[in-house]
Amino acid sequence: MALEIAYIQEKLNQKFGNNVLNFEMSRDIFSFEATPNLIREVIRFLKEEESLNFHFLTDLAGIHFPDNDDEHQFSVVYQLHNWVENVRIRVKTYLPENPQIDTISDLFLCANWMEREAWDFYGIKFEGHPQLKRILNMDEMVSHPMRKEFPMEDSGRTDKDDRFFGRTQING
Amino acid sequence: MMSDLLLPPEHRYAKIIEQTRNDDGSELSILNLGPTHPATHGIFQNILLMDGERILDAEPTIGYIHRAFEKIAENRPFYQINVLTDRMNYCSSPINNMAWWITVEKLLEIEVPKRAQYLRVIVMELARIADHLICNSILGVDTGAYTGFLYVFQFREKIYEIYEEICGARLTTNMGRIGGFEREWSDEAFKKLDTFLIDFPIAWKEFENLFERNRIFIDRTVDVGSISAEKAMQYGFTGPNLRAAGIDYDVRKAQPYSSYEDFEFDVPVGKSGDTYDRFCVRNAEVWESLNIIKQALAKLPKGPIHADVPDYYLPPKEDVYNNMESLIYHFKIVMGEVPVPVAEIYHAVEGGNGELGFYLITDGSRTPYRLKMRRPCYIYYQAYTEMIKGGMLSDAIVILSSLNVIAGELDA
Amino acid sequence: MSDSKINMVAPPEGVVGEGFFATKLNDVVGMARANSLWPLPFATSCCGIEFMATMASHYDLARFGSERVSFSPRQADMLMVMGTISKKMAPILRQVYEQMAEPRWVIAVGACASSGGVFDTYSVLQGIDKVIPVDVYVPGCPPRPEQIVDGVMQLQELVRNESVRRRNSPEYKELLASYNL
Repeated sequence: MALEIAYIQEKLNQKFGNNVLNFEMSRDIFSFEATPNLIREVIRFLKEEESLNFHFLTDLAGIHFPDNDDEHQFSVVYQLHNWVENVRIRVKTYLPENPQIDTISDLFLCANWMEREAWDFYGIKFEGHPQLKRILNMDEMVSHPMRKEFPMEDSGRTDKDDRFFGRTQING
Repeated sequence: MMSDLLLPPEHRYAKIIEQTRNDDGSELSILNLGPTHPATHGIFQNILLMDGERILDAEPTIGYIHRAFEKIAENRPFYQINVLTDRMNYCSSPINNMAWWITVEKLLEIEVPKRAQYLRVIVMELARIADHLICNSILGVDTGAYTGFLYVFQFREKIYEIYEEICGARLTTNMGRIGGFEREWSDEAFKKLDTFLIDFPIAWKEFENLFERNRIFIDRTVDVGSISAEKAMQYGFTGPNLRAAGIDYDVRKAQPYSSYEDFEFDVPVGKSGDTYDRFCVRNAEVWESLNIIKQALAKLPKGPIHADVPDYYLPPKEDVYNNMESLIYHFKIVMGEVPVPVAEIYHAVEGGNGELGFYLITDGSRTPYRLKMRRPCYIYYQAYTEMIKGGMLSDAIVILSSLNVIAGELDA
Repeated sequence: MSDSKINMVAPPEGVVGEGFFATKLNDVVGMARANSLWPLPFATSCCGIEFMATMASHYDLARFGSERVSFSPRQADMLMVMGTISKKMAPILRQVYEQMAEPRWVIAVGACASSGGVFDTYSVLQGIDKVIPVDVYVPGCPPRPEQIVDGVMQLQELVRNESVRRRNSPEYKELLASYNL
């Protein structure tokens, strides 16, 4: 039996009620939002429920939205895939400032480094992660570089002439 | 300065060494494998806790070539991101380029003409051959057989010549545009492709014969670094490493893109997920890629080389100098002021190492809001620690080569 | 039997006589060093693949004397840094350079090693000459193997004409001091 989008939505609503919301077909991937305190249960349900069987974690990404309201400053997006029925699904949660969320690295072993990357770049803390430390940047780094306020270029350079880069007093 | 790089005494391995002592009085030891090591292809470090020649534990450190692609992508319009995608898996850069263009076309809902799609398939399969060529010949070098590498690398030069005819560059190709290719492929390119399709299978057959039933190679690679299908799936394996473990998941078959559904090809699958299986799966994939290229050349339709989207595709230079409209389009495209919808797209292709995905969030401005690249090497390298535990040091090197970890893709 | 197509290295200027050849020590030492530069390939990314192509049979670098590629710093003459060096990697590059024995030369292959290249970011070292002194810069992204060979040939010119006393001269010591070496 093919896995229908309506069926997934129904099962999720049945189990989690109001904590799963904003169901939509984002182009060709079905995506929804879940509240952060229940995200681990939602993902466990998606993985272990026999009829859903989303057994593969494709990706885990962190995002920073400095322009949103306080409850929606950061976001973690999980993309899962069911190879048998060939269905993808996207689960999003939104987190406030000083983001903290449960880890899923015991459900999916590959989430280990994905969560470390999200910590390294955004400062999203994953409770229960076995080794949450920086992975791609230098260990001594203090800030979280992918946040929007962090500059891309190295600010310590003295040899760049701003005139050649079109930077003036006005446009910074 | 130099002492900063030595192991601090409070490191957990130091404690384990103090506490454990073998029956015959020997101690455990620490070996630092990398970052600069002739046999690790790329810069990543593993601190190994060893009992003689046997590895008990490993602690990987990566990020030695972190170039912040995702941060750069938030500051560049779409054309300039293509340059970055080249440098991820640089052994097969056309695949990354085409993956990016297909993602952007999905975002902008552009339909690419059939000819361009078939040509994209040809160049992607050529890149896949180039990638597997390097991986397998370097695996040969690591087990001691240097001849295979020298012989087969000559054909990588032939592939470079074909890339040069198409786009002008050898390695980091920066190929293609939104909607197709930048120019029609010259006759010289097709001639070189035909010669390649005649000469290469002979050489590849010789390369296979050199290794596949070679007693020494079999002893070095069978049952080395095996991983079960269940574990491989848990660790997020995709691509040849997963198929060697027994699961036939291939993005080209599961969610075909760029007309892959028009071609008939098999997906080779291994049994035990050890190094020998990974080697053989890659060999078989090269044969399948040659098959696909032949089918694509035979069925290549005539038609335009790019989609008719003047908003996104640079007009030809004669028009830019003579036609006001083309001049305006040219200016807008180069400045990046193109109409971009607000959307979230995820698109994956079958890269040389597995599912290469781009998760793109746009907010209507000229640069993406967030671009996350799902890099297969980063995800399956987590399993390396488990695969080498209990094995010998030389097995660890062979396993690393067979996994085809490319540092550019690992760190991005 | 000599093949007229093979180029031999020309002998230095000197006085030839019955059973002797008198020339300057500088010239002989320069010639010997220039034609036996053993590289240490510090390959990090894409330029490393072009280096592999340079060492392979088509663009053979071994004909210029670089037959033995040494991964041990103590036994290498020239350090070829190929690829992006990030700030995390810079101390390691420095340690490798410190471990090399005199005389040593450095070639920065590629745009990333010369100046940071495309990657003007917080994590990439904007040129290896921030941490070690460089003799030859080979630009390109990646440079063609012919360009890498040209870089090696330029280095050979440098090496051939270098004074034997250069390493003890005050200018050299000043150069090293400016890098805290």
